[in-house]
Amino acid sequence: MAFGFGGGPIRRERDGSFTVHLSEPEQLLLKSLLAQLRTLLKLEGGSDITEDSGVRRLFPTAYPGRDDLEAEYQGMVHDDLLGQRLAAIDRVEETIVLPSLDEDQLGTWLKTFNDLRLVLGTRLDVSEDDTGPIDPDDPEAPAQAAYEYLGWLLESTVNALTGVLPPPEED
Amino acid sequence: MSSTSPLEVDDPEVIDVTDPDRPWIVLVWNDPINLMSYVTYVFQKLFGYSLEKATALMLDVHEKGRAVVSNGSREKAELDVMRLHEHGLWATMQQEDAP
Repeated sequence: MAFGFGGGPIRRERDGSFTVHLSEPEQLLLKSLLAQLRTLLKLEGGSDITEDSGVRRLFPTAYPGRDDLEAEYQGMVHDDLLGQRLAAIDRVEETIVLPSLDEDQLGTWLKTFNDLRLVLGTRLDVSEDDTGPIDPDDPEAPAQAAYEYLGWLLESTVNALTGVLPPPEED
Repeated sequence: MSSTSPLEVDDPEVIDVTDPDRPWIVLVWNDPINLMSYVTYVFQKLFGYSLEKATALMLDVHEKGRAVVSNGSREKAELDVMRLHEHGLWATMQQEDAP
């Protein structure tokens, strides 16, 4: 797993809403990434044997070594998970310019930012040791910067939502 | 192993590994991308675990490569795996080893 970041643009308010401070360039970057994810999911997501490693990462194997049960599982959940992800992209696009969100909206942001990060990180083949500065001459530098930005944004989203978790259930 | 040959050799029987009486476990595997804070949050959100328990499980995943995060019937385990996949966690399920 990866260590987190401090600070961030999302803050929980006393009335239960969440204040968001995203600049216009940030909104444009996120819109662009969301559009790319949608295209990728529509091209590759229909098949559970896609060759795209990033998309594969969003649909993991449930039953390793059990092809029969795995086929049954994928047949049952794959299209639902794909449809949920595409619908979530639409919802985030519709709310990305809002200065304030409710918990449900921010929960959709959380999952979708994580999807973006998983696909980007898988394609960049990041490892837990990748903590150095980005080399500006690296052709992958823009993608690496977007990946770092998503990590910072996701951390802020997690911190805000952790504050409204219900009390734990007794074990 | 016995040194004497058995008088009769049966064809090896195919054992049904989905014995309904053996419970299933749900495993989450380490990956280099998911944030520690995100994984801890998902364990709290999906399973109602305390921060302490969710953090301990997250650290198990991070340090040992995997952790058992829930168990139960095949249906329950499958639902848990699906919810973890919905959140982008690398989850698998298998039956507990026979005692």
